[in-house]
Amino acid sequence: MRTTGFARRLREASDFAILSFFALLALFPIWMILTNSFKARKFIFGAPFSFPDSETFSLIGYQTVLSRSNLPQNFSNSLIVTVSSLAMILLLGSMAAYALSEYRFKGNAFIGFYLAIGIMIPIRLGTVGILRLMSALGLVNHLAGLVLIYIAQGLPMTVFILSNFMSQVPDELKQAARIDGASEYRIYRLVMPLVRPALGAIGIFTMIPIWNDLWFPLIVAPSGRTATVTLGVQQFLGQFVSDWNAVLSSLSMAMVPVILLYLLFSRQMIRSITAGAIKS
Amino acid sequence: MLDLRRNKRLPFFIVVFIAPGALIYSLFMILPLLDSLRLSFFTTSQDNRELWNGLGNYARLFSDSDWAPRFWGALRNNFVFFSIHMLVQNPIGLLLAALLVGKGRARGVYRTLLFLPTVLSVVIIGFIWQLILSPLWGVAPGMLKAVGLGSLFRPWLGLSQTALITVSLISVWQFIGIPMILLYTALIGIPDDLVEAAVVDGCSPWNIFWRIKFPLVLPTLGVVAVLTFVANFNAFDLIYTMKGALAGPDFSSDIMGTLFYRSFFGQQLQLGNPTMGATVAAMMFLIIAAGVLAYLFLWQRRVQSYQL
Repeated sequence: MRTTGFARRLREASDFAILSFFALLALFPIWMILTNSFKARKFIFGAPFSFPDSETFSLIGYQTVLSRSNLPQNFSNSLIVTVSSLAMILLLGSMAAYALSEYRFKGNAFIGFYLAIGIMIPIRLGTVGILRLMSALGLVNHLAGLVLIYIAQGLPMTVFILSNFMSQVPDELKQAARIDGASEYRIYRLVMPLVRPALGAIGIFTMIPIWNDLWFPLIVAPSGRTATVTLGVQQFLGQFVSDWNAVLSSLSMAMVPVILLYLLFSRQMIRSITAGAIKS
Repeated sequence: MLDLRRNKRLPFFIVVFIAPGALIYSLFMILPLLDSLRLSFFTTSQDNRELWNGLGNYARLFSDSDWAPRFWGALRNNFVFFSIHMLVQNPIGLLLAALLVGKGRARGVYRTLLFLPTVLSVVIIGFIWQLILSPLWGVAPGMLKAVGLGSLFRPWLGLSQTALITVSLISVWQFIGIPMILLYTALIGIPDDLVEAAVVDGCSPWNIFWRIKFPLVLPTLGVVAVLTFVANFNAFDLIYTMKGALAGPDFSSDIMGTLFYRSFFGQQLQLGNPTMGATVAAMMFLIIAAGVLAYLFLWQRRVQSYQL
């Protein structure tokens, strides 16, 4: 071995120095918003870098947000839209992925390609057509309209990820079930729990874009009653642009749930992306 | 895989499995997309009837004195936007991915933290950076002053020479997690014995990376490039949040996504025009499709030969 212990330790140190620099760069802006949201206006400007203490602490921004914004309603809209879209995507996506990865039949490759178009071509490009369709169906300013769009948006990626995972499930298991007389539907239900590790990757590539989307809420469901968090925050910020306390607090309130969810699931997310990638 | 090709008819359960998803996908993604492409060949009359217009909308977009400067400007800006992502986001993403590979819990923590901005909404990111860079708040000028560079501060977002570059770098800041995580998974997928053999042969870490690991992650770099291309030519939210639909100052941060929005919905005194909106969307479609096809047929074929 040519590398000495000292050289290796030096390299480790420089690795971590670079990583720390970029981690600071990534966190610093978020940190500034969170800490300053708990300060009185005077100190947001007077002492932006300090941590809030008993002198500078204030909740005035949060009070403004809670009394003047629609944020609680926006949250529940986002939750309804994201959870129902995700549930439908998982159900329909796993069914299609199972059929495509399990059976060799005429048209398999074509259907796989047809569904893959949606991975590369953004659904946004069909917006003019989508809005016409939504008005024809009377779904403008209805959460159901958003859910249908997001199912179409999320399916291609989900089918792709799930087929990757499903083709790793050992054949013996399914053959044994077939010999026992299980129906194909039964075998699908047998396979489902085995691809649970794929959920992390689906969370990153399917669920987060739905929660964060601005475009379709802005175009298809812009009314106050149906606005999602992303749109609600955007509109609130537009109105309260000069009220710094309210701006910082609403940003923090919109960020924190996502950050907590992410920290909770980040390990599983990474592991699941990795598991899919190594195989393919 | 169960071979069903010898069945005369498609077994019914396959239809049950595929049809519901394929139906919703066709109805809400493929058909509206085709409808949009079709509309780009029509105009609407006063009484809202569709009139065939051939390539008239396209001619208008490319050469009409109202439309052409906006279209060519947005297209040029979009290529600048994309170049900055390719030159800054993806190389740094590769660097971070390379540094994250290795043992130790600390690396896992860094991985989690570095990916964090990627999961936040673009609207939030846009506003955060607007505040940080605001001369009013003074965070950015204050930090520059602390390192003795206070005189370098400009209201970057407000100047037409720097607005586009600033917005691009903010987008890079947010999405760096995507190339990082994709390249990271590719790097840890490289078989250990390959790297160990090189170490035994006395290869330096630098050479191991460039001679062994880099060629093996080239396919993933291709995926990263095409994903960046598609995302960039479809971008909208960040610029809409930070600069509004007019993508100011003086359209200097205007890209295809914001042009599409303005054409479709109108802005200030100008009414929205669905057929011109569909035409802009059709151009975005052609650009994105060309990028994807170039990747599939030029890049992917050539790079396959590197694979083990």
